[in-house]
Amino acid sequence: MSILIYSVLTLGALGLIYGLGLAFASKKFYVEIDPKIENINEILPGANCGACGYPGCAAYAEAIVEKGAKINLCAPGGDDVVKLIAEIMGIEATTTDRKVAIIHCQSGGKNNTNFKYDYQGIQTCKAAILVSEGPNVCNYGCVYQYDCVKACKFDAMSIDYNGMIIVNNDNCTGCGACATACPRNLIEMVSIKKRVHILCASHDKGAISRKACGNNTACIACSLCVKKCPKDAITIQDNLAVIDYEKCINCGMCADVCPTGAIFDPLKEVRAEKKAAAKAKADAIKKKLEEQKTEQEPEEK
Amino acid sequence: MEFVGKILFMAVMAIFVQNFVLMRFLGLCPYIGVSKKLDSALGMGMAVIFVMTMASTFTWLIHTYLLVPLHIEFLQTIAFILTIASLVQLVEMVIQKTAPALYKSLGVFLPLITTNCAVLGVAILNIQSEYNFIFAILNGLFAGIGFTLVLILMAGIRERLERAELPASMKGMPISMIVAGSMALAFLGFSGLKF
Repeated sequence: MSILIYSVLTLGALGLIYGLGLAFASKKFYVEIDPKIENINEILPGANCGACGYPGCAAYAEAIVEKGAKINLCAPGGDDVVKLIAEIMGIEATTTDRKVAIIHCQSGGKNNTNFKYDYQGIQTCKAAILVSEGPNVCNYGCVYQYDCVKACKFDAMSIDYNGMIIVNNDNCTGCGACATACPRNLIEMVSIKKRVHILCASHDKGAISRKACGNNTACIACSLCVKKCPKDAITIQDNLAVIDYEKCINCGMCADVCPTGAIFDPLKEVRAEKKAAAKAKADAIKKKLEEQKTEQEPEEK
Repeated sequence: MEFVGKILFMAVMAIFVQNFVLMRFLGLCPYIGVSKKLDSALGMGMAVIFVMTMASTFTWLIHTYLLVPLHIEFLQTIAFILTIASLVQLVEMVIQKTAPALYKSLGVFLPLITTNCAVLGVAILNIQSEYNFIFAILNGLFAGIGFTLVLILMAGIRERLERAELPASMKGMPISMIVAGSMALAFLGFSGLKF
């Protein structure tokens, strides 16, 4: 019996002493944490996904406050999180609006583009387009000598297995070096918020440009998109549809009607998902209401 | 002179012959986890040396003056864990206050020392080997040094492995495991040491 009492007392006493010691130490060694860090940490999604480039949400919150990291790096959080962080930090949330490079040609990469001849000269776009208006059939398209990729200092442009140039929006700083490097002016710096793009730069007439394009995604200037656009943001300029990004609202209606697929709309699936989700929600509410009705009816009788 | 000889013998035993990581296989989690960078390996090693020495001191005192007189030695494990956990908490607070950079680089591994079997192992081995107070403290210190040595060696190797051209399937963890195994084999050679 005494062993039982001794064990309980000993462990209890040890626990008490350690607890008091730690409590004292936590007061003595208290580290003041900037309340901003805690607030931001609470706002962040807490997924610790690392998409921001920091080890976790807490580390990112700290980096924002102490190192002045960009507040728009949280991909899962989206715009709402950025706005809240901006409020805490007292900066304007406009930093979310930055420009990234859009390449206005998607002829399917070096492997798919229709070439008139095999260009073997100096490996730059500037030299390539001097030889009988460039090696590819389309006189406006990308010649795939990758001057833009070479010009990019931020590793934001890569070449995929088809020879297509892929812009990595995360790395793109909007410096415009690639746009300057492109001798055919295919690259435009557009706000990252604008997602719908006409990825063709051909001013040829529809029949010619369609034949020339290796991917069959040339703009044929049919002006269906012009008619469909609710904001009148698209105009046909010299056989090519052009989006006025000031007016564009990312609705994607132009991409839906485009017969050749020259209009690129990455939000199509997102929109469809949202629509389906909204429909499911509406159905659920409808069902609930009906159930309530059927429950109430017998009572009334 | 005999005393110094004993201490030297103990140091060689704890650091090389009976190395905690490579011969006793204790504390493997930080051995693989914190050995990516030399800096954090050094920091972790220092934290472990400190915690092991402190843990040896306090657990020996608690065992000898509390558990043995009351005949409740069976509470050894739980009392030791309680002591070690509190110690680690204390160390964490002190480091956070005095060396924030070290605190950050140690990250999650500092709280993990709490449940590190190497620390509990040294405390229990001190009792089992019936060391006296001074030797218990020294054994804790040497065990910590042995742990740090292996951790730093491993970190040095892994930093170089980062730049090595390896087959994709061997990159990262697999090659680390192989290196760890080779190091254990190398340390096995020390067991032939005779005095």
